Amino acid sequence: MISILEKLKKHVHVDLPLLLGIITLMGTSIVVLYSATNENTDMIISQVLRTIVALGAMLIMSAIPPRVYARWAFAGYILCTVLLLLVLIAGHVGKGAERWLDLGIIRFQPAELMKIIMPMTIAAFFARRVLPAKFLPCLAAFMLIMVPVGLIVLQPDLGTAVLIAVSGCFIIYLAGLNWYLILAGAVTFALYAPIHWYFFMYDYQKHRIITFLDPESDPLNKGYNIIQSKIAIGSGGMLGKGWLQGTQSHLQFLPESHTDFIFAVYCEEFGFAGVLFLMTLYAAVIARCAYISMQAQNTFERLLSGALTLTFFFYIFVNVGMVSGLLPVVGVPLPMISYGGTSMIALSAAFGIIMAIHTHRKKQPY
Amino acid sequence: MNLSFLRAKSGSLQQRVIFRDNIAEANLFKGRFLIAATVVILMTIALIYNLYSLQIVNHESFVSRSNNNRIKILPIAPPRGLIYDRYGVLLAENQPLYELEVIPENLDQGKTVRNTLAELTALLALPLEAEDLDQLADKIRLGKKFKPVVVASKLTEEQVATFSVNQYAFAGFSVEPRLKRFYPFGSTLTHALGYVARINQKDMEQLELLNKTKNYAATQDIGKQGVERYYEDILHGKVGYKKVEVDSTGRIARTIEFESPVPGRDIYLTLDVRLQKKAQELLGEHKGAILLMDPASGEILAFVSNPSYDPNMFVRGILTSEYQELLNNPDRPLINRVSQGGYAPASTIKPLMTVMGLNEGLITPKTQFFGGPHYSLPGSTHKFRDWRRWGHGWMDVYRAIEISCDTFFYDLAFKSGIDNINKYMSAFGFGRHSGIDIYEESLANLPSKDWKMARFKQVWVPGDTVPIGIGQGYWSTTLIQLVRAHAILTQHGRNVIPHLAANYEEMAPLEYRLNHLSGRYTPPPKMAVEVKSPTYFDVGMKGMYLVVNGPEGTGRRAFAGTKYKAAGKSGTAQLITIKQDQHYNASAIAKEHRDNALFVAFAPYESPKALVGVILENAGGGSKFAAPIARQMLDAYLLDPEHPQLTAETAPADARGSSQDRKNGRNSRKGKEAEREAARR
Repeated sequence: MISILEKLKKHVHVDLPLLLGIITLMGTSIVVLYSATNENTDMIISQVLRTIVALGAMLIMSAIPPRVYARWAFAGYILCTVLLLLVLIAGHVGKGAERWLDLGIIRFQPAELMKIIMPMTIAAFFARRVLPAKFLPCLAAFMLIMVPVGLIVLQPDLGTAVLIAVSGCFIIYLAGLNWYLILAGAVTFALYAPIHWYFFMYDYQKHRIITFLDPESDPLNKGYNIIQSKIAIGSGGMLGKGWLQGTQSHLQFLPESHTDFIFAVYCEEFGFAGVLFLMTLYAAVIARCAYISMQAQNTFERLLSGALTLTFFFYIFVNVGMVSGLLPVVGVPLPMISYGGTSMIALSAAFGIIMAIHTHRKKQPY
Repeated sequence: MNLSFLRAKSGSLQQRVIFRDNIAEANLFKGRFLIAATVVILMTIALIYNLYSLQIVNHESFVSRSNNNRIKILPIAPPRGLIYDRYGVLLAENQPLYELEVIPENLDQGKTVRNTLAELTALLALPLEAEDLDQLADKIRLGKKFKPVVVASKLTEEQVATFSVNQYAFAGFSVEPRLKRFYPFGSTLTHALGYVARINQKDMEQLELLNKTKNYAATQDIGKQGVERYYEDILHGKVGYKKVEVDSTGRIARTIEFESPVPGRDIYLTLDVRLQKKAQELLGEHKGAILLMDPASGEILAFVSNPSYDPNMFVRGILTSEYQELLNNPDRPLINRVSQGGYAPASTIKPLMTVMGLNEGLITPKTQFFGGPHYSLPGSTHKFRDWRRWGHGWMDVYRAIEISCDTFFYDLAFKSGIDNINKYMSAFGFGRHSGIDIYEESLANLPSKDWKMARFKQVWVPGDTVPIGIGQGYWSTTLIQLVRAHAILTQHGRNVIPHLAANYEEMAPLEYRLNHLSGRYTPPPKMAVEVKSPTYFDVGMKGMYLVVNGPEGTGRRAFAGTKYKAAGKSGTAQLITIKQDQHYNASAIAKEHRDNALFVAFAPYESPKALVGVILENAGGGSKFAAPIARQMLDAYLLDPEHPQLTAETAPADARGSSQDRKNGRNSRKGKEAEREAARR
């Protein structure tokens, strides 16, 4: 019996400090969700189950040696791109925004899978080249990024597309993309943005941006979410209204209070003090991940863990910025806190990879 | 550091071998990551600073916004005052009912409104056709987002239950309990009572103007016509409030404060619904109107315009097709024939002209006049015909009224002149508001020189004055003006204000009440017509007495055998000009051009308690058609077994005791009781 445990322990590659941080986040999530779902125990139970699944995914991902990821990244990339294409075709057959792929038994969003596959692929791509990266490999990597991103934009799911594009771009940046090229890219983006606005954006996406610029202009329709969210945050004050006491969410003034806008619920009930606590928690997780990426032993591991870390921060920034009125509403959940399985499982898998990078190190780095 | 030259140009190898400087790459990574980390820290600071500004700096303002958010003040509509008749019969009540409503904002955006409505219609078996659904869907889509739209009213208990079970599937829809006005007597009282209907844009503007929007915050219906409109302020009451905690879908989580509404005051009318029914019955298919009033007090006992319509249609929301039907009906049921219909008063005003003639010294009670077949102005060949082709011979003023001699009054009018006529008849209330407590009143037209100049740009000629003497020509009046004028006559010149509400003076402040008349408040004068001797009125009244009691009286047949002493005056108004060489022949002219029949009667003669005016459009002679109706109305009121109006002195001895009459009396009592029963039901 003991020997079995011993054997199992050999295969456990979790990073304890990171695990601690993640579990604290997950616990916080359950506490906030209980309030945000109006004390809906059914939803809490299903979220707890998802959390367990997510932890399992993390455990599995952490057990896989990083070189396996490097080897299978491209295959995963191609498979995932094909799935995205299938979703798009299925979406055309059905009506409206189709993001799910129904495989009979399970339904999942290939886009979520791409969140992990993308940085993995680009990291593997650069790992075969000498760094700092040259222009042509960078361009090739950019193309690799844009193909699935384009497919996701067509779903249409702008939020996820941006997140995936950004995670890939982080790797190009970390791979040593020439600063002049970064500048050139920024200029190109600035020039392209209006074109995209006029030719490729859906009305509801445009509305979100217009509303973001002036939410009070349309307080009952498009600006409603942002205004109500800001009221929730602002009325929380220093110490908040107390757990389960938030009026904005409990009286249903706050839309999507348990998903994208859960941060507003948290701010209303726990105040600025709670904000500082959560930010510190996030900072601790990010710091640990940053430490791991610094300790990484090869280019693939460095690029992958670094990019995943930055992406994690980016998620937080986009969601908090959106909920507090700094950024447009793009439908990005608050990582590890918002209700819903796919996002949490994908993130946990990413943390598992980061753990794997750390726990599969050679004992004596040269 | 460029190490690319180290890259083995080893195409032969299966796996490319890269020689790389791992330390240099690690350093590159660290450098890049640190720069990124710096940006991350800056961005985090921005985030936290923003949250700090929201939660700490602007905390107060957001707290107040949050409080405003959840505490809503919901207005509660006050129950509308009820309306009773003079004996306490309920004429306008509030019925509780359930209405199915939708707030467009809260609709399920995933489904089309039209489909949702169709589903509901199927589920609840609502009586809505495809067109109605299209109309409703448009109304919901194009209306204000937060303004409820009524989908169906008068839901049955079963429908309410079915909906409650399935409510989850119909976001935005709800069943609301309401009090709805109901008029149990339907068309019987429409023109007097009026009706309430939905507050429309115009009402809203008016309420805003009068600063009353707050009081109407929860109110759905407003008085649109008749008493309902005139006493809107009294009937409406004061809005109540409920301070509640609500969610954004409008659902109430908790009530914090409650201020109950002040119900509207009940109103007792002077009307007797039995007399209304009687009048409606007497009019039958005739277009026309009946007004029965107590001439001493101005209390209106019956106020009927025929044809009428069911006011409940307007309360539930009249369909365009129904309204078109009412509007295009050639009998024009929407017109209030009592106070809006303009009719030539015809001979009914002869007693009033008599008062003028006496006071002006143009005639005395003893003046003799020869009534020929026609009358001509000096130096003119135009013949103003008397109604009797061969004339009446010699007469005094009493006989002139009794037989309704036209030439007598042609002559009187000519001698008096239009200015005098205008002065006196205006004092009797013609061409002026009667003061009745409804707004649906027209002034009709009492002609004058100025009026003709303004209207036709023509000078008034003496030939215009002559027909005025018999209530024809340019003169038109409303029934209410005519009845009021006779009331003033019976009251010897005292001012009489006809009214429908028992305590009208107290309920509607005169200032407000009279605002619509003159624009400013002038207390009504005690006397309407002031003459040198009140006996002048008696002359007119005696003439009227002879009309129904004299040997030649035009109304003697209709009033034969009354149990009270009555007086009256007939009128037959020509609607078309008969050419000089032709005679009136009813069967030869179109129905709508035939004469209007009028009759005004009051009783008992000595101290009048009832004054009735009857107008029948295109019926023919007043004494033949209108007089019997006037008589029956007087009978119904004065001989009412439940509320007898005649005392021993006022009932003539000879009219009592005949077995035939007693039998009639019993019959009529039975009839009344049955009617009263029916009314209660």
